[in-house]
Amino acid sequence: MEIALAIGLGALFGLMLERIGATDPNWIGRMLNLTNTHLMKTIFMAIGTASILMFGGQMLGLVEVGHMSVKEIHVGVLLGGAILGIGWAIAGYCPGTGVCAAATGRLDALFFIAGGLIGAGAYALSYPFWEQVGFLNGEKWTIGEIPGADYPAVLPGLPFTGDMLGIAIGIAFILIAILLPRRLVGKAAPVTDAKAEPAE
Amino acid sequence: MVLNWKIGGPLLGVVFFLAVLLVQPIGVSTQFVVADGILWQQYEPGIITQTDDGAWTSSNAYLAKYADNVANPLNYGFIFVAAMMGGALLSSIAFGRIPLRERFSPALWSANFRTGWIGRWVIAFFGGVLVLYGARMAGGCTSGHMMSGMMQTAVSGYLFAFGAFLTAFPTARMLLKKEA
Repeated sequence: MEIALAIGLGALFGLMLERIGATDPNWIGRMLNLTNTHLMKTIFMAIGTASILMFGGQMLGLVEVGHMSVKEIHVGVLLGGAILGIGWAIAGYCPGTGVCAAATGRLDALFFIAGGLIGAGAYALSYPFWEQVGFLNGEKWTIGEIPGADYPAVLPGLPFTGDMLGIAIGIAFILIAILLPRRLVGKAAPVTDAKAEPAE
Repeated sequence: MVLNWKIGGPLLGVVFFLAVLLVQPIGVSTQFVVADGILWQQYEPGIITQTDDGAWTSSNAYLAKYADNVANPLNYGFIFVAAMMGGALLSSIAFGRIPLRERFSPALWSANFRTGWIGRWVIAFFGGVLVLYGARMAGGCTSGHMMSGMMQTAVSGYLFAFGAFLTAFPTARMLLKKEA
């Protein structure tokens, strides 16, 4: 059953990554050099939608709170994120979009995957060092207190639950997606540029 | 042609929601470690070993955490990534073809680097090294930390996104000056 779900959900995720342009390094590059925020709008919309559905479902008792999986926060999250950011910008791929891009026949993505296997292997070898310097110790914080979960909250004792806060943040993300200008640097893209304006 | 953000965004959000509803939040980068473990095992049988109670472990402290998945690749996370590739392939066949030149080097990189497609492959390779090294140190990637994390109001997701964009924006502004 779990394998069937892996196939179904994985296929849907891969399909959506391809359909929103995330497997195309050009769209990643235009997002990161701030000349076209279309993909960023898509991602803000996605996080907002997912957050509202999940926390709404948890409030209604339709979604199992135990399915949540919050990751630890530690120095490695910031440093690792910063290292990933450099690679993301020079390659135009992140792990998920890289494997999907390779599947769509992008040859450069195969080299990204090969590099990724080397990078992950190098991390496995250097892991004891990072653990020793204490970069990997941390707690699984959430912003508000989520009923039914025992994650420590950054903002405990709020007059509303972490579920309600999650929905509010979800709505905020959707508003950001709507309000975010299409272009954050330089001159406006010419209207004739078909690539800049995907069809509704 | 990509889906407009007003449609693509909510649809992608529904996929992330369905994953939490039915199983667990989406994550990808762990599977690079599992794949490494499987390859490592080919060259050095015995890098992962079974303990008396049936669980798997490894002499490498990091690989030990994923030894069970290396021993049994037909697990949820690994199949999920394989299925992602299938889904992306079907989508690209059904909805649009990628030009041959684009498959060798994306237009934006061809416009900004005078290195040809071999240069692009070298760039993609080193990008991959940095992306997966960083993702494993952070404990997740764009999917696991940024999307799944932020949707759960996980503080780690926000810190990861801050770190990633802190370097990604300046790097892209420097390297990708020409538009395409």
